[in-house]
Amino acid sequence: MLGLNKKDTSLFLIVVGMTMFAPFILNPFPETSQLAQFNAGYPDLMQRFVIFGIFAIGFNLLFGLTGYLSFGHAAFLGVGSYAGVWMMKLLTMDVIPAIFMSMVVAGLFSILVGYVSLRRSGIYFSILTLAFAQMSFSLAYSVLTPITNGETGLQLALDDPRILGVSQVDGSIPPASIFGIAMRDSWDLTLGGWSFTFNAGYYLCAVIMILAFYVSVRIFRSPFGLMLKAVKSNQQRMNYTGLNSKPYTFAAFVISGMYAGLAGGLMVAMDPLAGAERMQWTASGEVVLMTILGGAGTLFGPVLGAGFIKYFENIFSKINDNILYQWFSGLPESVADALVFVIHPFIGKGWHLTLGIVFMLVVIFLPGGIMEGLRRISAFVKKRFSSSPSSNGAVPSAKAAE
Amino acid sequence: MVGLMDAIFLQILNGLDKGSAYALIALGLTLIFGTLGVVNFAHGALFMLGAFCAVTLNGILSLSYTTIDPSRTDFLGKPLKVQTPYVEAWFGPEIGATIIQWSVPLSILFAIPIMVAVGLIMERGLIKHFYKRPHADQILVTFGLAIVLQEIIKYFFGANPIPTPAPPAFAGSFDFGAWLGFAPGSIIYPYWRLVYFAFAIGIIGVVFAFLRYTTFGMVVRAGMADRETVGFLGINIDRRFTIMFAIAAVVAGLAGVMYAPINSPNYHMGMDFLVLSFVVVVVGGMGSLAGAVLAGFLLGILESFASMAQVVALLPGINQIIIYLVAIIVLLTRPRGLMGRKGVMED
Repeated sequence: MLGLNKKDTSLFLIVVGMTMFAPFILNPFPETSQLAQFNAGYPDLMQRFVIFGIFAIGFNLLFGLTGYLSFGHAAFLGVGSYAGVWMMKLLTMDVIPAIFMSMVVAGLFSILVGYVSLRRSGIYFSILTLAFAQMSFSLAYSVLTPITNGETGLQLALDDPRILGVSQVDGSIPPASIFGIAMRDSWDLTLGGWSFTFNAGYYLCAVIMILAFYVSVRIFRSPFGLMLKAVKSNQQRMNYTGLNSKPYTFAAFVISGMYAGLAGGLMVAMDPLAGAERMQWTASGEVVLMTILGGAGTLFGPVLGAGFIKYFENIFSKINDNILYQWFSGLPESVADALVFVIHPFIGKGWHLTLGIVFMLVVIFLPGGIMEGLRRISAFVKKRFSSSPSSNGAVPSAKAAE
Repeated sequence: MVGLMDAIFLQILNGLDKGSAYALIALGLTLIFGTLGVVNFAHGALFMLGAFCAVTLNGILSLSYTTIDPSRTDFLGKPLKVQTPYVEAWFGPEIGATIIQWSVPLSILFAIPIMVAVGLIMERGLIKHFYKRPHADQILVTFGLAIVLQEIIKYFFGANPIPTPAPPAFAGSFDFGAWLGFAPGSIIYPYWRLVYFAFAIGIIGVVFAFLRYTTFGMVVRAGMADRETVGFLGINIDRRFTIMFAIAAVVAGLAGVMYAPINSPNYHMGMDFLVLSFVVVVVGGMGSLAGAVLAGFLLGILESFASMAQVVALLPGINQIIIYLVAIIVLLTRPRGLMGRKGVMED
């Protein structure tokens, strides 16, 4: 279907299903139950899932395929965000020009950065991209303040021209919308104890993520994707066979920068403001974490990693000692105290500690990320259930080891 | 009106203390890279750990017990609570107070065993398993470690910077203006920064002398040049490299200890310095110790020149980006860096 083979088609359909039914899937617990705090089906968080999903898919097109580790990808997202807000200030509150323009501007910026950075590879490439990102970050704070509004961040104002739309409606800034449907419009469905929210903004992001995912699948399976994989496995040998690998990596870099710009544009469409902190190198580090955690070089891993990090960031930050005591209320008090004492550093504000530890464990023991883990589990399960108890000896385990 | 000559001189001095920190961190990074071939993103965290050694010792020495002095009252009319540090009770008030005031230099002794232990545990426990893995994996795992270390420090010490004073003997400033014949007061420079610069030069000298004039250093240099051959000669090169890792950790840690009075330590100072130190290493030339030191001082001074009012008026924002700009230019025109050796990470 759509030029995909059978396996990819089923993966693609799973992604479509998951994103379309996310309001149901992410809200498994009734509103009134204790577990409702683990629900993630509210618009703000779901939007972040898919937007960072797009960002990670784009990063994976560069790092996963070519092995070039960019430590400055957040710069493209930031530049895209600024472009998006400017479109909303100057043209119209319709999100289409904003999203389109953020992709274009991020693409142009990545052409500039890529042209310079891709002259080197390995750690030099990482440091060059890092240098560019830090430069944009510093400049956004200082000299470029007329464009970026410095520390305050770029915001919409009542007296913006918006030449294709209206400056203000009844004394307030009109909402971001697409063909008249406001991004913040939501429709609630209540079924028994459950309540599901369907948000227009989320569905716009979801549709775009599905498109972005589809494009990435096509790139992975194309001859172009194959070239990129060749760059990763042995660039020197590729050069010796007479192929110039530069244009391929360059194209991958620009495409990946445009994905980041798209993510930035969508962020603006959901919440029309942009700040320089989006370009800081910690933000670039975050997308690296997402991609590695999910599984670099796999199709679905980055989306999974983005969802994983954003979900647990949200949940872990919400848990506090009181909630822990509630959970352990069945245990003797001293045991509960001890457990809370041990867990305390890892929750609430300690989320980054947990993330750092999980990330280290993944890099050390599971370089393929969550996808690799899932593959190992499924191989293990297959081995367990396919072999009869008598032949449960050396042969199947050897197979699994492959 | 400040003349041009003394303004230039002032910027050079201003650049020296930051440059010293860059040079020390970059030296450690290069030592690790040159010996173990590992790109250590957690090196900034070691710098930060050193600074927090100073904070910790300062806190320990200031531990006090409370007595109630009935003869005096506080402003509410209650008996005054008097805090007496234990060291003052043990060694007498004068010596005790001096010990507390000198806590930062004393932290050097305190930090060395800690940094050695941290370095050894890090190398044996983690880095060892990453020799054969790609550089990207090394970057990633040490990046993760850096996050973990800084979050641990944040958990124990909070997110706010903690002021750590230098000994009062170095509290004032030195008037270079009067000394060099410019107008008095035109170039004043805090004593502690001079101490920091001298300290950095001392450490760099010790490390270079150690590598050049001891047998151990000779073997390490041989191992950096050709690890396999040294191994064939029956020398346990891995163990020496582990020790070099610990030494690099100590260098970063001591740089942090002495830096604590200049900038109050906070949990993310390591990351801030790390990014710049990497740039310094690349500009100096990957694997070249002298290059790292030279580039550290050079970029520190360049940065402070770029912050001069005249320069900023000419090129706004240049002070923010000068280091990165230089790095980009150097990487593109002289990929090996200023003093890089042939064949080290050339691609």
